Parts: sequence; C-alpha cells; structure tokens
Amino acid sequence: MAKENVVVIGGGPCGIEVARNLRDLGYTPILLEQQSELGGHLRLWDRLFPEGVEARKVLKELTGDLKGVKWFTDVNIESIQKSRKGYTVNVDTGMSFQTKALVVTTGFKLFPAENKQEYGYNIYERVITNADLEQYFHTRKDPRIQNPKTIGFVHCVGSRDEKACNRQCSKVCCATAVKQASEIKELFPDAIVYCFYMDLRLFGRSYEDMYLTAQRKYGVRFIRGRVSEVSEDIDGKLFVKAEDTLLGKPMKMKLDLLVLMTGILPGDSTKQLSEMLKIQTGEDGFFTPRDTILEPCMAKDGGLFMAGTCTGPKTIPETLSEARAAAIQVHKYLSK
Amino acid sequence: MIDFGYTLSKSGTLKIENLDDSRFKALHKLEPDAYKCINCGSCTASCSAGVFTELSLRKILLSLQRGEEKDYINQLQSCMLCGKCMLVCPRGINTRHLILSISKIYNTVDR
Repeated sequence: MAKENVVVIGGGPCGIEVARNLRDLGYTPILLEQQSELGGHLRLWDRLFPEGVEARKVLKELTGDLKGVKWFTDVNIESIQKSRKGYTVNVDTGMSFQTKALVVTTGFKLFPAENKQEYGYNIYERVITNADLEQYFHTRKDPRIQNPKTIGFVHCVGSRDEKACNRQCSKVCCATAVKQASEIKELFPDAIVYCFYMDLRLFGRSYEDMYLTAQRKYGVRFIRGRVSEVSEDIDGKLFVKAEDTLLGKPMKMKLDLLVLMTGILPGDSTKQLSEMLKIQTGEDGFFTPRDTILEPCMAKDGGLFMAGTCTGPKTIPETLSEARAAAIQVHKYLSK
Repeated sequence: MIDFGYTLSKSGTLKIENLDDSRFKALHKLEPDAYKCINCGSCTASCSAGVFTELSLRKILLSLQRGEEKDYINQLQSCMLCGKCMLVCPRGINTRHLILSISKIYNTVDR
C-alpha cells in the first residue's frame, strides 16, 4: 500500500522536524519551502544559547536525515482548496498536492530595525542588529565592526513597544543579548559592553548561569533603562541616551558599536496563510490554536495543524518539541 | 519632655498600607494609563528639561503611586509640555495629557 502524503508548509527547523517524524510514523511528508534552502532562520545564526552549540551543526543533523521526505524549495503557495476529503495545495511551479492533514510551520520574521528610526539602523554606520552580529560571528567580516572599544546592546527593539505595533515580549532576545554580549567580549576582551534593558527575561534552565557568566567572567554592565534615542557625531561615534532608572539619572554615552536586539513578528507567509485558510490569529498576528493549553498544535478546523513560531516566539528546543507533538497529533487524526 | 541626651531617628520605611491614595484614585479615573508605566525611563532620557533640572516623569508617577509625591511633585514646574516623552513611551501613555491631569488633581498650577 502506498504511503499517505502529508503536506507541511514551511521548511525551517520546525517543518523539517515535523516531516522527519511523520516519515518515521509511516507517512510520506511533502515539505514546501519558499526560500532556496531548507533551514529557515537557523541558517543565519552562528551559535545557540545557553551552551553555545553551533547552529550549523543542529541544522546538519536535521537536514542530514531527510530520506523518505519529499522536499521542495523555491515554491510559493498559490492557493489552497478545502473539501470534505482534505486540502488541495497548489504551488507556483504548477504542482498540486492532495493531503488529508495539513501542517503549517511558517515561522517568524525579525522586526525590521529600520522601522525604529530613532535607533538609526541603516542611517548611522555603526548600528547593527542581532542577526547582523550572528553573521559576523560566523564570517568575521563586517565593515561596521572595527575593533570597537565600547559596545551597547539595546534589548526590546520592536518588542514590548506599542509604538512599533508589537506589545508582546519576544521571549528569546534577552537570552540572545546576554549570549552575544559574552561572545563579543570573547572577541574584543578590552571592550566595555553595556546591555540596556527594561526587564531581563531569562527564564530557561541554566540561563541564569549564562547571565552570571556575563557578569562575573565578562564584566558586562547591565543598565536598567531603555534607550530613547541615538545620534552620530562627526567621527561616526554614536551618542546614546537612556535613563539609569536604578540610579534615577538620565545618562548619555559615546559608543563605537550598537547592537539592536530585534524582536519576533509573525512571518509574512503566516499572514498570507491565515487569509488563505481563514486561520484565526490574535491581535499580535500569530495563529491562535484551538486550545492554547491542551491543543496548541491544532487549528479550529479539523485536519489543520500548526507548530513552531507561527503560534508565537519560541526557542529552538521548544520548536522541535512542538514539531514532534504536531506529528503525533497528525498521526492520531489520520488513524481515526 | 525629658532630655536624655539623644534623639530617635525617624523611620524612612515606606508605610504602604497607611497610604492615602484618594488623589491617585482620582487621577487613575481620569487617566486609566496611570498604572501602565513600566519604569523604563525613556521619558526621562528624552526629556528636554530633565538634563538641566530634576524633572523625571517616571519618578513623579512612581512617587504618586506610593504616596510619596511631596518630594517630587514640584518637579513638574520645569515641564515645557514639548511632548517628546509621549513619542518615546513604549506603553503608549499619553504623557502630555497625564502631566496636565496630575497638575489639576495635585494642584500644582495656580488657577
């Protein structure tokens, strides 16, 4: 008997893990990715908190075992029809797939840092994002990073900010900032590194150790105050204004490099699919599952499943666990 | 009183349960956002007057919430109502309106 197809939309770590697990459960997963490579944001990251595991190593593990998974890159979803038999997914390469269960793993996008003009991304030379810094850690090439002596990290850029139209906490940026602050200290031991935060939200196992290491080993200076604006002087140095709220004094400082910790927004295809499939979303734009506690991987519609960061910010291990949970839910649904 | 040759220091502890918050309640009614501040300090950092005077909207609002306003409320006199704090507030508080309401309820302006 031919194995049953299951379509998975989105070939990031989540989609790959859903597909691999469905394959192990006896299905033929069809994994659709719009980029030219599988892996999503994991491809752009250098190391993962808290232990600093190489992102590429994780990605290699995930993509190294895709036997039995039919995967397609450079495909865009044109339309999806729903019938009593399930879903028909039509893609722009002319192919069309039938599936009784459809899994959506369309992920997130990073907040476009240039939208917060007061921080000067793409305006001032030495303002970069967390994603730029990860790229630099991997390639060690970025004309904006020239042996900086003073470095600032701005937490919550495009998160917890009504002016950026994103009220929610992106959950992973505080841990990323502490990780990156330590890593950059490793590269430039003489540099002074500041982290400007509103609240530090590091919640996972051994994240506190990472925070302690940043303080004790690397001497990262944590300042409780949100940066209000950045300007540039004639030499290209950055002037940063914040209030040290614990001391209760406004402060102004000169920095050689500023790293913006951009937050997590629903991916563009998350929005596109929510319209196509009439999936309910919250005010934040992420998919709303049938039950946020008991059925976080299921949409209201039977046969429609979702996992990973299309339902909200998550770490990689959380995403992978949810992917496995979604695969089991699909299997239970199809075995009925 | 008998002079024993020493004095007792007054306790500096906040007595939060004895707090008379009737005026803050009135303010909250007028300004539902009065409790929304997360003390991030953006307003103080961007304040045009705060660099040269003690003015800190964050401190004033916190002192009102704790009933400790007497040391802070007069700072409001330095505010020029330029509205920069309103532009930077991540919680979207209408700070300009809030300042006017504080002035009204706590009688900081001569009318």
